Amino acid sequence: MFNYTFHWRPALNALPQMLQGALVTLQIAVLSMVIGIAVGVVLSVFSSSRNKLLYGIYATWVEVARNTPALFQIYMAYFGLGQLGIRLDSFLALLVGITFNNAGYLAETFRGGLRAVPQTQTRAARSLGFNAYEAFTLIVLPQMFRAVFHPMTNQMVWAILMTSLGVVVGLNSDLTGVTQDLNVRTFRTFEYFAIAAVLYYLIAKVVTLGARLIAWRLFRY
Amino acid sequence: MFHTAVSANDLWFLAQGAGWTLLITLIAMVGGTVLGVVFGVTRAVLPGWTTLPLGFLLDIFRSVPLLIQLILANSFIPILGLRATPFAVSCVVLALYTSAYCAEIVRGGVLAVPQTTRRAARSLGLTWWQDMTEIVYPMALRVMLPSWIGLTLGVMKDTALVGWIGVIELLKSSQILITRMQNEPLFILMIAGLIYFLISFPISRLGARLERRFREND
Repeated sequence: MFNYTFHWRPALNALPQMLQGALVTLQIAVLSMVIGIAVGVVLSVFSSSRNKLLYGIYATWVEVARNTPALFQIYMAYFGLGQLGIRLDSFLALLVGITFNNAGYLAETFRGGLRAVPQTQTRAARSLGFNAYEAFTLIVLPQMFRAVFHPMTNQMVWAILMTSLGVVVGLNSDLTGVTQDLNVRTFRTFEYFAIAAVLYYLIAKVVTLGARLIAWRLFRY
Repeated sequence: MFHTAVSANDLWFLAQGAGWTLLITLIAMVGGTVLGVVFGVTRAVLPGWTTLPLGFLLDIFRSVPLLIQLILANSFIPILGLRATPFAVSCVVLALYTSAYCAEIVRGGVLAVPQTTRRAARSLGLTWWQDMTEIVYPMALRVMLPSWIGLTLGVMKDTALVGWIGVIELLKSSQILITRMQNEPLFILMIAGLIYFLISFPISRLGARLERRFREND
């Protein structure tokens, strides 16, 4: 049955390189989340706008982000924008693609979260002399983030998993890219990718655990 | 004037890709749902610590990128001395991947049925099996169905990754056309994206509507 000898040593020797890649993976994920949250908040505000254009931007963005594959969105950033004369390298294309996806999903999450904050909170803030902007950023947003913290953590894990798609557009510095590079050089596919899988699992667990700690620190009464 | 080299043949090629996408989705959903119901009910019914290994296993499927899972499975099958087409590998991996998410949905659905309702059923003389099929199933279904539809769409979109191990589904076929025509990737990608959107959007609307209706009647 097993006509195959596993060679774990070269794969384990490559661990430092792969950890370097894991760091890049984490960077892309964090960056795409930070930008995604910012855009998502703006989009969720657009969702209750009476301005047709703003609402249109929100609806189009969210529906396209949620109804097409993430890989398609990355292709769009890489090949599609390229035809329009905006040439992104694979790192930027991956970042743009994932951020677009994150922002779409987060906007929907935030929209639900905003609805969970009672209108009376805004009114109370306004009657205490906050202006509309202050009432939103200082009173409504913090309460919304409390409501959506758990879905946001899930989205973060999703973002990490999505970074693995960078290899399809030729990125070779993130965890999957580094692993693929090693694989092409040695053809020890199973060994290298098994280690990559373990690393991805650990990253996901560390992020989930870290988020739980942050939630406990921020949201305890 | 808009001019394109994309011919009817190329559109048919994309449609065939879409056909593979749908077929893989269907197989993965059927297999994944059957497995997911078994895993999910097991997780919900048995005491927590006994199903910890199962929970851990399913968690792995949810925490490792699907692309890596596909590559691992694709390279592991020759190691076992077996042979499988990329299509078969994709279906099996996606079915297991789906089952991990489906198990979580089923577990949540079963646990959402109040303990008191189930005790009432049992004290009225229903057997465990009757309780499961006549009480828990209809009540849990309302909780599960919207998420299950969401999962179906998620899996449909995730099939885009099987192109990497050599299945020519919708996105991969658009990729092939792009390589062949060189100078109009945007137009070809737009067609592929439109097909994905046309499959996904109506179903996602249906899911949202079901969710609203179930919530109203609660």
